[in-house]
Amino acid sequence: MTVTPVTQATSATGPKARKDTASKAAEAARKARQDQLDPSTVAGRAGLTPADLDRFGEEMDVIRKRVLSELGEEDATYIRNVVKAQRAFEIAGRALFYLPPAWPLAVGALSISKILDNMEIGHNVMHGQYDWMGDPALNSRMYDWDNVCPGEQWKYSHNYIHHTFTNILGKDRDIGYGILRMDEDQKWSPYYLGNPVYALLLMVFFEWGVAMHDLEAENIVAGKRSIADNKPLYPGLLRKIRRQAAKDYLLFPALTGPLFPLTLAGNVTANLVRNIWAFNIIFCGHFPAGVETFTEEETADESRGHWYFRQILGSANISGSKLLHLMSGNLSHQIEHHLFPDLPARRYPELSEEVREACERYGLDYNTGPLPKQLFSVARKIFRLALPNRSEGPAPTPEAAKADTAA
Amino acid sequence: MSSTRSIARRVLRSSTLAALTAPHGVDRYLELVNPMWAAREVRARVVSIERETDTANPVATLTLQPTSTWEGHVAGQHVQVGLELPGARRLTRVFSISSAASAPGEEFTLTIRSNDGGTVSSYLVEQARPGQVLHLSQALGEFVLPDPLPDRLVFLSGGSGITPVMAMTRTLLRDGYDGRITFLHYAQTPAHQIYADELAALAAADNGVDVHLVHPDAGGDLFTTEALATLAPDYRDVDAWACGPAGLVALVEDAYAGTERLRVEYFKTPTVATGDAEGSVAFTRSGEQAANSGATLLEQAEALGLTPEYGCRMGICFSCTSRKTEGTVRNVLTGEESALPDEDIRVCVSAPVGDCSVEL
Ligand code: FES
Repeated sequence: MTVTPVTQATSATGPKARKDTASKAAEAARKARQDQLDPSTVAGRAGLTPADLDRFGEEMDVIRKRVLSELGEEDATYIRNVVKAQRAFEIAGRALFYLPPAWPLAVGALSISKILDNMEIGHNVMHGQYDWMGDPALNSRMYDWDNVCPGEQWKYSHNYIHHTFTNILGKDRDIGYGILRMDEDQKWSPYYLGNPVYALLLMVFFEWGVAMHDLEAENIVAGKRSIADNKPLYPGLLRKIRRQAAKDYLLFPALTGPLFPLTLAGNVTANLVRNIWAFNIIFCGHFPAGVETFTEEETADESRGHWYFRQILGSANISGSKLLHLMSGNLSHQIEHHLFPDLPARRYPELSEEVREACERYGLDYNTGPLPKQLFSVARKIFRLALPNRSEGPAPTPEAAKADTAA
Repeated sequence: MSSTRSIARRVLRSSTLAALTAPHGVDRYLELVNPMWAAREVRARVVSIERETDTANPVATLTLQPTSTWEGHVAGQHVQVGLELPGARRLTRVFSISSAASAPGEEFTLTIRSNDGGTVSSYLVEQARPGQVLHLSQALGEFVLPDPLPDRLVFLSGGSGITPVMAMTRTLLRDGYDGRITFLHYAQTPAHQIYADELAALAAADNGVDVHLVHPDAGGDLFTTEALATLAPDYRDVDAWACGPAGLVALVEDAYAGTERLRVEYFKTPTVATGDAEGSVAFTRSGEQAANSGATLLEQAEALGLTPEYGCRMGICFSCTSRKTEGTVRNVLTGEESALPDEDIRVCVSAPVGDCSVEL
């Protein structure tokens, strides 16, 4: 395929720019490989040569650099306003529990507070999106969220493992969270008949799922990790659980005196609402039909371009209103988030047009759709993959995957 | 009044309030109501700014009213000042406190020279306005007077290095010190002289303080062994405190070689980038050092057998964030260079440009 890059590459510092005076033959062979389609890889099947991927990567780098150079007051004001709003909802929610008739309002306000805290603030701040501000209150190393998973542990499994090895089977532990079967290439076993039930449980107890995720239970079962490896994680985890539980299930209810049971129920509900919402947004970001998974072989030694390529095919967006984007922490732009995890999420909507246009030129599937469509697609997958694959054959072709998206 | 303050303080610092505001902490809520309310963090409001010199790099004294969390300072100590500059970037720099020792919650002053390379200092001297809020640390530093006080002291300073020794002199005089002080100071020209009036008054008064101001234009001599021998013949037997630019401090150190009398302090200045992979890289925690190979700091540390923490190795996960104490690094992804001292960097995507020290 031929592709016209928008911007000429200007990266003179990249490792590829190194002058190679080695034998011309080797150089020619390398060149030929650069321009060859390898049908055994996802990229090859998508019609992209390594050279195409390099060009694509350079285009993404140009966008990245531009946004980095633009960061400033607007981004700072935005995140500070979100923080203010979150604190206001939190205080309002806690206070409204003193007025029993306002119980639904209290739960609503507290749910909004927790959602904002975990998604637009916590998730994004802990990605280091605002580290450039030098404000300790918005620094990835300092921030911890209103959630039982210690930020410290989440950053490892999420920022490092998940964002680096996105959708590589066997490496990205976020594929089905080690509990669910979310990809045809995960081998089926009768355990997965419970797929829908496990998904439901994971949704209800999502914050706990995220917290336990770091203990890598599935790797312990598989013998790849020993229980002793988890030892260092326990103190931090227990401390965080204790603090969260004391606050939501003991202290704040106790402060409302005779209304203890109502406040307790309200806090439980707010945590539940946040769990359900976060689960759905995150599952829509990675598991609707059409999202690709990769093998360890094809990603060994990958180029920066291929990394970008993998992020795009491993993610899906949710289209919708500004409010939806805010409440999802802009993870409704999961594609842009995976391309640029450390750029402030409020930039994703504006970047999405450029990314989408580039995807079109390179013939890449840009997976997006309204929330109900993406949710339905995820739900269908959860149910379908509870059963063994219909035809145990070669991996589905991109056309098949596309047909699936259209369905 | 002070008992209400201590009750408020006890409540604000209580474990119950900490539990209720977890995981963010009390200060994250208080600051939204009033930036001068705090339970643990220290901030200060600028009360006034007064020019000391109007030279090319002007000097000004800022009077600060700290939050009630300020624990006071001992003369000679410094404080970290965090300031949000236009562009929403907060930078932190260290400045010596110039006023006499302060009690908890009490006003104090900083005397700052606007440096060309120091964005924070130029902003504070030339653009800050009364009412502005700064972020502070508690007072820090061991460059202080001993207890009990010796009955003879020598202070040597150059340029804005006068601040800590001025704080000491002010404290001593305020508290009725009855020993003798030799106050030696070097300034480029009389126009560069900080605290000129106060020093003239000090020299004129009968207070046991000998003030010697050295201005090279006026034929003054630097603090060489010979110069010191004429100014204060007994200097080698007297406890001395020296503060100033590195060159001046080195001279004084030579003059005091072999004695245990001298304490010194000097400030770091941003380095100038050379644009090349030269110089040497120091990993301060492990004590390793090597010639700069131009590779990323993570790779250079690993080449020396260190095992810094890392994750993605491509600048996205922040696992490898470490503190660069000195030197310039280039971000290998963006090509951007930064020369700020004491800066957190991702070592997996930072390559040193010239000499560089990292806490690894
Ligand atoms: S190792 Fe991930 S940012 Fe450096």
